[in-house]
Amino acid sequence: MPLTLEAPPRKRPQAGLNSDSFIQIDHVTFGYDASRTILNDVSMQFARGKVTAILGGSGCGKTTLLRLIGGVYKPQKGRVIFDGAEIDTRDRDQLYAIRRRLGMLFQFGALFTDLSVYENVAFPLREHMDLSETMIRDIVLMKLNAVGLRGAAQLRISEVSGGMARRIALARAVALDPEVIMYDEPFAGLDPISMGVTANLIRRLNDTTGATSLMVSHDVQECFAIADYAYLMMPGGIVVAHGRPEELNESTDPQVRQFIRGEPDGPIKFHYPAPPFAEALGLPQ
Amino acid sequence: MAKKSTETLVGVFVLLGIIGLAFLALKAANLASFSASKTYTVRARFDNIGGLKKNAPVRSAGVSVGQVTSITLDKNTYQGLVVMKINESVQFPVDSSAKILTAGLLGDQYVGIEPGSDDKNLANGDLIKQTQSAVVLENLIGQLIFNKAADAGSSSTPAPAPGASLAPAPAAASAAVSGSRK
Amino acid sequence: MIAFVNALGQATLRTFTALGHAAYFFVDLVRYTPSSLRRFGLVVDQIYAIGYRSLTIILASGFAVGCVLALQMYYALVPFGAAESLGLVVNLSLVRELGPVVTALLFAGRAGTALTAEIGLMKAGEQLSAMELMAVDPRSRVLAPRFLAGIVSMPILAILYSAIGILGAWLIAVELIGVDPANFWSIMQSKVDITRDVGNGIVKSFVFGVICTGVALYQGYETQATPEGVAYATTRTVVFSSLAVLAMDFILTAMMFSTS
Repeated sequence: MPLTLEAPPRKRPQAGLNSDSFIQIDHVTFGYDASRTILNDVSMQFARGKVTAILGGSGCGKTTLLRLIGGVYKPQKGRVIFDGAEIDTRDRDQLYAIRRRLGMLFQFGALFTDLSVYENVAFPLREHMDLSETMIRDIVLMKLNAVGLRGAAQLRISEVSGGMARRIALARAVALDPEVIMYDEPFAGLDPISMGVTANLIRRLNDTTGATSLMVSHDVQECFAIADYAYLMMPGGIVVAHGRPEELNESTDPQVRQFIRGEPDGPIKFHYPAPPFAEALGLPQ
Repeated sequence: MAKKSTETLVGVFVLLGIIGLAFLALKAANLASFSASKTYTVRARFDNIGGLKKNAPVRSAGVSVGQVTSITLDKNTYQGLVVMKINESVQFPVDSSAKILTAGLLGDQYVGIEPGSDDKNLANGDLIKQTQSAVVLENLIGQLIFNKAADAGSSSTPAPAPGASLAPAPAAASAAVSGSRK
Repeated sequence: MIAFVNALGQATLRTFTALGHAAYFFVDLVRYTPSSLRRFGLVVDQIYAIGYRSLTIILASGFAVGCVLALQMYYALVPFGAAESLGLVVNLSLVRELGPVVTALLFAGRAGTALTAEIGLMKAGEQLSAMELMAVDPRSRVLAPRFLAGIVSMPILAILYSAIGILGAWLIAVELIGVDPANFWSIMQSKVDITRDVGNGIVKSFVFGVICTGVALYQGYETQATPEGVAYATTRTVVFSSLAVLAMDFILTAMMFSTS
């Protein structure tokens, strides 16, 4: 469905043209243990100030990518570059500095259940900055207002719905005005209205603050509506295609077409590998 | 970041703990009688300290006035050296005597101090010269049997060698006693 | 045959690895505990959740056990003509052993499982990962305050258990059985030593607090992020805490109360 968005002028000017990829994944291979490789020689670039989508089915390592960028894990091969510097997961100071500039929206919000809505959004402010209570109050209400939930500030987390939880988590993720915002499946499980609201918010936030946004999703339509660039991944952790949404729409690669059109059968088979059905039923071949 | 009500209840909780501790310490243990008053040290040597243990009370006229702090073997005289601390408010003359007594029939042993009549009082580190050791039950029984044998011997024919009858009796007596002792 | 030896070896290695992992975890907990003093509000919240909320069961259990002890010990002491020492016997039983141990077992069941479940669910809901990505160390902000609260609450609970147990025993002994109240207290007071008995009991309960809280936090932190995983972890908390408490109790008793 078409989405009309306003595009207010960017506040932050773009950096030099030749180094405008804020985050780079450089030939990264990674697996949680020796037996499974989640990412296989993956290379990606995320342009400063743009919205980049990472698309793919489940099990292709999209969420793992976000954790690598956050410095939670160290790739077995290759490196992750954040604003020109390679991430060293053993350097706690560097990790701390990177995470201060990062905001992440988890799939189900990951709100702190023992705090109220207000306290959740105030959390990064209290932990990382030394502000007066009135300042914190102003900022929290501003962020909640941006996601449309200023009236819900005093509710407990157990009292909010799933869609609301995600918006509150978004407010929390942008409380410190981060330079990078990462979204893990922001559209999963939402009704059409909430999806539209979320997409709108993601685009608007990116444009008003000049942040770099990364979206991990399998919702092609919503992503293409707001993304500047997209990567398509397949199970096994490989990038099969990348480009602007218009380019991907016109691609003739069968894998890309199957994913974008949502065709049930194609390079990714419908049937889980099994012997012929007639044989299983005991019928003559 | 704690709510007011939570903080209050935690305060109540901690206060309850302090009250409980005070109750246990004062009402249910010997803290009240064992005040942190100043003490001075006094030593005494005994031939046999019997079952006296460290921290055993030191009493005079039955009233607790101090505590035994250490019991060691004096290597020069081969006597038991008992070091005790006594409340400063209680002073004893230098010729006071110390005995090892038993509380009740089978109770714990303690040091009893009987005051002497000297004008000078015991100072910190002084030695009590007159001591009486603990009563050792085996010796008592052995003595009893010896006396009985001696009585029998003096009235009629010489009794069988006291040594022979002495030997098994103390052994049997000590076997019977060691079961109930310590 | 070879397969059996292989399996045994693997199991042993796994146990050692798990023990080492747990040891690292404990060291981390202790390391982060001083920093949790800066977040004192959090510690206070946790003392409420862990300590105050356990009061009901601790006080009820202590009172009941004190009453029962009085009854049972009375019948045991009467043949020796030592019924007057009832207070002393009950006091020593409670203050030295039952207070710290039973409190620890109840604590593991009530507060320990609550901690495990809470931490496990926080982990399942990705709250701990979210905190980490916000550059806030979850061990410092979530685990350490709970650890500190646990080791502060446990001695308080053990003291209250013993205290109310003695009161219960007094009620039964003096009001119900008819033991002389003056003797009840005076014999108790003369024989119970503040440092040796009460003090050692408090040291024990402190050690048990470390054990129970540490095990509960560890199980919660390491649990599988599924409903079955959390349920299994809470069971393990109770079992491991109880076994460790009983084992340490034996060791501590042997160390503290050996006749010297």
